[in-house]
Amino acid sequence: MATTGTALGAPAERREGRLKVTGGARYAAEHSLPGRAHAWPVPAAVVRGRVTAVDTSAAKSTPGVLAVLTHENAPRLAEPEDPTLAVLQNPDVPHRGWFVALVVAESLEAARAAAAAVRVEYAAQDHDVTLTADHAQAYEPETVNGGYPARREHGHPESAFGSAAVRVDVAYRVPPLHNHPMEPHTSTAHWGRDHLTVYTSSQGGTAVRGTLAEMFGLPEERITVVAEHVGGGFGSKGTPRPDVVLAVMASRETGRPVTVALPRRLLPAVVGHRAPTLHRIRLGADPEGRLISLSHEVTTHTSRVKEFVEQAAVPARIMYAAPHSLTTHQVVALDVPTPSWMRAPGEAPGMYALESAMDELAGALGMDPVELRVRNEPEREPDTGKPFSSRHLVDCLREGARRFDWSRRDPRPRSRAEGSLLVGTGVAAATYPVLVWPSTAQARALPDGTFVVRLNATDIGTGARTVLAQIAADALGVPLDRVRTEVGDSDLPSAPLAGGSSGTASWGWAVHEACARLAARLADHAGPPPGKGLSARADTAGQADAESSYSRHAFGAHFAEVCVDTVTGEVRVRRLLGVFAAGRILNARTARSQFVGGMTMGLGMALTEGSTLDPVFGDFVESDLALYHVPAHADVRRIEAHWIDEADAHLNPMGSKGIGEIGIVGTAAAIGNAVHHAIGVRLRELPLTPDKVLSALAG
Amino acid sequence: MKPFGYVRAGSVEEAAEAFAAHRGARYLAGGTNLVDLMKLGVERPAVLVDVTRLPLDGVEELPDGSLRVGATVRNSDLAAHPVVRDRYPALSQALLAGASGQLRNAATTGGNLLQRTRCPYFQDLSKPCNKREPGSGCGAREGVHRDHAVLGYSEQCIATNPSDMAVALAALDARVELYGEGGARSVPAAEFHRLPGDHPERDTEIRPGELITGVVLPAATAGLPSAYRKARDRASFAFALASVAVALRVADGTVAQAGIAFGALAHRPWRAVRAERALLGGPATPDAFARAVDLELAEARPLRDNAYKVPLARNLAVDVLTRLAAPART
Repeated sequence: MATTGTALGAPAERREGRLKVTGGARYAAEHSLPGRAHAWPVPAAVVRGRVTAVDTSAAKSTPGVLAVLTHENAPRLAEPEDPTLAVLQNPDVPHRGWFVALVVAESLEAARAAAAAVRVEYAAQDHDVTLTADHAQAYEPETVNGGYPARREHGHPESAFGSAAVRVDVAYRVPPLHNHPMEPHTSTAHWGRDHLTVYTSSQGGTAVRGTLAEMFGLPEERITVVAEHVGGGFGSKGTPRPDVVLAVMASRETGRPVTVALPRRLLPAVVGHRAPTLHRIRLGADPEGRLISLSHEVTTHTSRVKEFVEQAAVPARIMYAAPHSLTTHQVVALDVPTPSWMRAPGEAPGMYALESAMDELAGALGMDPVELRVRNEPEREPDTGKPFSSRHLVDCLREGARRFDWSRRDPRPRSRAEGSLLVGTGVAAATYPVLVWPSTAQARALPDGTFVVRLNATDIGTGARTVLAQIAADALGVPLDRVRTEVGDSDLPSAPLAGGSSGTASWGWAVHEACARLAARLADHAGPPPGKGLSARADTAGQADAESSYSRHAFGAHFAEVCVDTVTGEVRVRRLLGVFAAGRILNARTARSQFVGGMTMGLGMALTEGSTLDPVFGDFVESDLALYHVPAHADVRRIEAHWIDEADAHLNPMGSKGIGEIGIVGTAAAIGNAVHHAIGVRLRELPLTPDKVLSALAG
Repeated sequence: MKPFGYVRAGSVEEAAEAFAAHRGARYLAGGTNLVDLMKLGVERPAVLVDVTRLPLDGVEELPDGSLRVGATVRNSDLAAHPVVRDRYPALSQALLAGASGQLRNAATTGGNLLQRTRCPYFQDLSKPCNKREPGSGCGAREGVHRDHAVLGYSEQCIATNPSDMAVALAALDARVELYGEGGARSVPAAEFHRLPGDHPERDTEIRPGELITGVVLPAATAGLPSAYRKARDRASFAFALASVAVALRVADGTVAQAGIAFGALAHRPWRAVRAERALLGGPATPDAFARAVDLELAEARPLRDNAYKVPLARNLAVDVLTRLAAPART
């Protein structure tokens, strides 16, 4: 029999694992309601302009076609907060791939064929999709993603840099990147007589319901949004995307359940991407390696639809002690698809640049890069001056160095050859903020001695169901197998999205509170719970979102060993090791999976992933998974994730920090630093593909 | 949707007849490329003539010492075939360097030879492409072309042939056997694919209705030291940035026989005839290899973004030649 008190932290298996590997888990497109129709969008074929005419006659006469919606006949919707959702509302084309029509048909094949038969005429205008550091239209926004100020300045960074003994002044480029979850963005909507039901692939059904209520003028209680299983999102399903608006619109117009499963090729333009970032970093240090001046200046793009600014200079505000510092963001609105969140927005590209520059500084100082970071460890958060709730970066670096055998490294670049291979090792630090949002939850004790925890959390493949049951079992003091979790349905108590590495902290807090209250009720209650059971609710508003007097962040360290083939310029990662300090680890199995998944995505960012904006046609060239190269199994050889026990009383009742994103932060820098160590040449533009590496090797 | 007919042929003759009887017919084998292109609207066949059940799934040793591979032999089976592994290692290696395990299980020898370019402009109906739609222009020329041709391209088309297998076949002096209205014929594998010229819509020398029935690997290259090497963006499941297949016989330090073909540099596997000629009878040294390969690549005309392909191809070829020339370890 399972014992109590050991649930939290145990490597419990994913509860839906069996369903998923046997095909029993149903995803958004797999709800084949009676009479279900399929829809296929028509993407704009110009980069900037206006639709002047749409000829739908051929499409309409295609057998099986139920409706063709365009801006001329689509229902007018209330203006959404997110303008990327205002589909088919006007003739404007803000970027190539923007949807200009939707075909609804009896079958997917008929919808696809009819979509190809829609004739659209445009008045096209000149376009600009090319980001440059000195773009004439670049401006400094008020704030960047996450609500951070675009600019922070302390002391006199310019003059301090000028007078520093050792200086590094370098530029890096991270290309646009795409989330490309395995399950494309998909929604099945059924507009019934009194009720709208939507099955959608989303990281947060609560926000989907709110958005649909607003756009379609329905009270929230007449909408149910189900996101039971989600095949990945990585930020691109954080808020509703056009698929759900189109599915609801099509269902309302046709009176049929309608599925919109966005084809892979259309995704790059309409569900967000990580915006490209151009970085200039200046580091000035004294001869002992103490930073005197740190500046990180970022230029990025957004679309003409809305302003989204990748907050890539923000992590530099908390990483290292420097009396003088500058962190700024500039953005240019181009005729490009709208960027959005991708796993660790801000931190992932920002820490690539900062941690590469730190490696360059270590080289300039002739200092070990681990020691350089240790030497610049701040006592308080450099930007706000707040104390850290906990910060164990140094422990991560030391523990990683020990496990990686870092002390045996020959620091000289290009010092290790094996035949035609050059071998190198590199290190980089990682950080990710602690985010937490208010949530509600209900816990119920049933007469048979089991418990149910209910809330509209979303399990996007992370194991949320499982870890929430562990939190509940721990708070109730009962064995894990007596607790059931119900998530992924907006009729459940409302809960925030799975994003910003905040899910478990936010939901778990409410679950913990509800279970603690239920335990208290049970203690006052003699005998088994009555027929309907006993229940308790919790709402963490006011608690979870209370301003903390601490600076709260997770930290980590990555170590990488690479080999570079001097014949081909191919880089392969032999070993990748991460050590993280992320509060209390609530499930050793699913946490490891999150870290390893993040690190793998970081490996992709370093070596294989990148999207290219076609200067002529204005879209991303890599529109399928044959061209957009996520790492294959063969790319991931030896990968290890470890963590240190970190107690932090200033977080939430579980003492946890988020773990979904920190794995990708710093990985690319560790790999890039290892490549530099291997070949003795610094590459400053990702990804490190053979074309770039071979050119560098040729000198 | 565009409906299409489906015919399953029981014999080569039946397949050819079915093809001739239907306008807009296409042969269907593994379907790993054709079906994708149908979904994209690039291919719009009226009828699919399924050739997977034809009696062409055998690998047969012929009396003259050559090896005939049936057109419907699966890529994974061919790669694993003991005679192929033993006598034509470059072919086995090339097959295993292509696609993924699942795709190799489905893809056939004939289908592999007929796969279309993966140029993104060819696959995107909203953009011009002379190969897909003659006269519409070339989107890649001024667009994104890091992966495109450096040799033998034309004003009309800069696409490359994506096959790994075909590169090994070209280097190994294989012949492609065809059957059509005029009966059976065969063409050298190195000449089976075309350069784009003014007709980029034509990938190969195949005549309308002709069916690939097999590939013959000659006795003359059987058992030669041979190897295939491919450079790519990730460790597996990616098309070549450049690749090379080499079959080499060295006698007394002198090159006695050489077959060299490059992949991903041109609209067809690029048989390096100049380099071979320069090597024959000369010393089998890295310097000589480099000089010969440079001679071959001298006519490369890199585009704006793919100049790296020239040194990459050079490095690959010199590396493989040098390894093959090294005396066998006992």
